[in-house]
Amino acid sequence: MSYYFTILSPTDAPLFNIAFGTSKSGGDGIARFRFPDTAQYMNQFIIHSSLDIVEEAQWMNGNLYLKHIDTYPPAQAYISAFLTPSGARFLLLHQPPQLPSTSSSGGNTGSSSLLGSSFSASALGGGSSGRASSSSIAANPTAPQTEEAVRQFMNEVYENYVKTVMSPFYRVGLEIKSPVFRARVTAAGKKWL
Amino acid sequence: MSSTTKTARIGEELWKTRVDKVNAELVTLTYGTIVAQLCQDYDGDYTEVNKQLDKMGYNIGLRLIEDFLARSNVGRCANFRETADMVAKVGFKMFLNISPTVTNWTSDNNQFSLIFEENPLADFVELPDDGRSQDELWFSNILCGVLRGALEMVQMQIDAHFVSDILRGDDTTEMRVSLVRYIEDEMPPDEE
Repeated sequence: MSYYFTILSPTDAPLFNIAFGTSKSGGDGIARFRFPDTAQYMNQFIIHSSLDIVEEAQWMNGNLYLKHIDTYPPAQAYISAFLTPSGARFLLLHQPPQLPSTSSSGGNTGSSSLLGSSFSASALGGGSSGRASSSSIAANPTAPQTEEAVRQFMNEVYENYVKTVMSPFYRVGLEIKSPVFRARVTAAGKKWL
Repeated sequence: MSSTTKTARIGEELWKTRVDKVNAELVTLTYGTIVAQLCQDYDGDYTEVNKQLDKMGYNIGLRLIEDFLARSNVGRCANFRETADMVAKVGFKMFLNISPTVTNWTSDNNQFSLIFEENPLADFVELPDDGRSQDELWFSNILCGVLRGALEMVQMQIDAHFVSDILRGDDTTEMRVSLVRYIEDEMPPDEE
């Protein structure tokens, strides 16, 4: 699974973004998106296009975490959202690994292709059934386990976001450049996703 | 040693009974804003910012000592070691609820270090990453000024400066304090 995480200000200015891969089930934490490296803007494109749905969903309930809100089927991209009370949005795009597992990493080819293929079956079948692989968040982006993991991730990022915004040298509405914050988001990603 | 623990108890007692408290984040954010504003006003001239913070602190110290003595009711310190203890265990305790460790005395008992395990002024703070602030800005420099001002009012001329700061990536936050001289009462010059 590859992830693209971004924070948008209430006025939709991007404040922070980071791409990383899963560290669960033998992942090496490196993002491998389906687009070639020259087309990474597609991630931003997809994630920003989900903003309309975020704005709709934010009035549906009082939760900060809006769960999985949007899917972009051509790229198998799933988007989860989290709102802070001040209106900043945390958006996470997750994309399961490509089918004939193009993993260039040596050690885990067996397991990752297994997960990849079981996911493809469930995706083609149009729904997730209770199968063993769904316990792995790398396999199934819509499973409750994944929702829970993303929620934990979002909460941890939120906590760190608050601390970062409290720094007197940070101007509200500007890009978050803090290397400490980036490191903490990376750590949260490693821990939960 | 017993006098040290006694001083600590005085500080503890004062903090519990005689001090009005205010929300720590209010202090942190207010101070942080001042420093950030100074950095902006002086266009990132951190040496000047340090100087201004020290000056502000000096002016605070000049009057803070009065408040300190009135509330704490402590008497005169017999020597500089006692003063150091009083500053760390009662002074800092009373105003910031921290007790920095007094250590690294020179053999002539005229210089010591205060090690700050915690520093409420610097919570949440990350220095700007312009490549210079980490080497030039002493974020909590106001404390040096406060100490200098306060001790001057009780006849001690001291020099205080930070030598390391966790914000800069150092392991500890350390302030070096050295006694320059005891200020004697002097006759005004050339008065006949």
